[in-house]
Amino acid sequence: MQPKKNLVEMEAIAKKLRREIVEMIGAAKSGHPGGSLSAVEVLVTLYFDVMRHDPSNPKWPDRDRFILSKGHAAPVLYTVMAECGYAPADKLNTLRKLGSVYQGHPDVRFLPTLEASTGSLGEGVSLGLGMALAARLNQSPSRTYVMLGDGEVQEGQIWEGAMFGAFHKMDNLCVIVDYNGIQLDGFVKDIMEVAPLAEKWKAFGWHTIELDGHKIPVLQAAFKEASNTKGKPTAIIAHTIKGKGVSFMENNPKFHGTAPTPDEVQRALQELQ
Amino acid sequence: MTPSRTKFELKLGIATREAFGKTLVDLGRENKDIVVCDADLSKSTYTSLFHSEFPDRFVSCGIAESNMAAIAGGFAYAGKIPFIASFSCFVMNKGFEQLRVAVAYPNLNVKVVGTHSGISIGEDGPSQMSVEETGLACSLPGFTVISPADEVATAALVRAAAAHVGPVFIRTGRMKAPMVYPADQKFQIGKSIVLIEGTDVTIIATGLLIAEAIRAQEKLEAEGISSRVIDIHTVKPLDREAIERAASETGAIVCAEEHLVDGGLGVRVAQVVAETQPCPMEFVGIQDTYAESATPEQLLDKYGLVARDIIKAVHRLVGRKK
Repeated sequence: MQPKKNLVEMEAIAKKLRREIVEMIGAAKSGHPGGSLSAVEVLVTLYFDVMRHDPSNPKWPDRDRFILSKGHAAPVLYTVMAECGYAPADKLNTLRKLGSVYQGHPDVRFLPTLEASTGSLGEGVSLGLGMALAARLNQSPSRTYVMLGDGEVQEGQIWEGAMFGAFHKMDNLCVIVDYNGIQLDGFVKDIMEVAPLAEKWKAFGWHTIELDGHKIPVLQAAFKEASNTKGKPTAIIAHTIKGKGVSFMENNPKFHGTAPTPDEVQRALQELQ
Repeated sequence: MTPSRTKFELKLGIATREAFGKTLVDLGRENKDIVVCDADLSKSTYTSLFHSEFPDRFVSCGIAESNMAAIAGGFAYAGKIPFIASFSCFVMNKGFEQLRVAVAYPNLNVKVVGTHSGISIGEDGPSQMSVEETGLACSLPGFTVISPADEVATAALVRAAAAHVGPVFIRTGRMKAPMVYPADQKFQIGKSIVLIEGTDVTIIATGLLIAEAIRAQEKLEAEGISSRVIDIHTVKPLDREAIERAASETGAIVCAEEHLVDGGLGVRVAQVVAETQPCPMEFVGIQDTYAESATPEQLLDKYGLVARDIIKAVHRLVGRKK
């Protein structure tokens, strides 16, 4: 079983993962740094405190599962999985290269310890529902966590899944929306406003929690509240900062899908010491 | 391959969709990992039978095929064997993106069953008909695509699909299907069945067009034309050996299917013929159009999917062979 880390350790891991994210995307010369950096604390909290999982037994049937529905943020998932031991830490800089386990978007064919192949937005809630239904049938304590992008909720399938999750009382499913306010073409409010987001999930019948997605203790409390909420699934609306931790990437739509130059990588690494 | 038989009564049996629903119940009794999802059409797809017996393993998805297809992916990731069913047009078209990324791409063990395939659903018209789904299903890497002719074939092939590890699409129909096979007929995915031996031409068909091919063969025989009839119930992967042999031994092939010619069985067979034993071919199917409302019989007649159309194609081929 993955041992739990304390707050100081998790904050140090978060900083380390940010450095690795910047470096690996820089080495790949393409990728999505902004939405990887915004999701770091959520994933660190899940993998090092909340989820019951065992890197030495990755297919343990009763494990908790995490699906990165916003698959373009693959680097954050790869770094956290490498940190746990699910993936080779010394190969992070092979991201997006031929034959790498670190494909441009999560691909179970290349990295079988992933829970799902993702990248086409909108499908993660449904995948999570399938896994959560299987857990229910198996009478397993397994919980399923799905991270969505805020732009991603523009996909209609998300709301098919939202309706289904409440109707079928999927209280072993927890969705986290990485609400960083930016998508590829610019600010979400200018492309296709998704607000009020918590109200939408609530109207669909979900328990909702709105929080600062960079505060680990707040996230810990929220995940506890989610697992204690019975009869309905939980949606956590995590307000985050795109590009968090690197001053020139923060809130900058350019770094949704642009790799940092070698010079920018160095500047970012200095900021992340 | 089985010994050919000469007499086919072609009495109407049950619809292939009903045979699917009944078989699914048997499978449910045998394997508790089988789960079933339906999108508000369970009375039409006959998954309602499974629902009645195994309510815990039946998932009502509402009218949301995209969600249903990806839920099946999630089930399969977690080790279940999900069957998802709807009309072919809805599950394949509305679920296509999810069948691509959440099923085919990770090569998951999901079984997709389309009912009301083709134009023989009749009066409801083209929005409910499915004439593109075989092409779409075949375009998904790793998918096995099955198109059974009658209730015996359906029962056996649904069973084979459940035993097969990997994604499968099964195409079934609404109307009662003429019975082609004896109850003890054996089927193997990817292995076609020569129903009738012949030497002048081969008719390769699937689904409802098998019965039409048999009717055509009988009339052609009276004219002195010897036709081989092959049921190619597995459209993907194709039985390349049987196709090559037919091309080589009869030197002419007609393909017949209740699907658009574009992207259908025929063009797939033609690829094998081109790669192995090139010979003249003709294609009986729907020609770049959508149908309309009418009785199934009227539609099959108007859109060129009856024995008469196969016979015409054979006559053209016989001319081309000379």
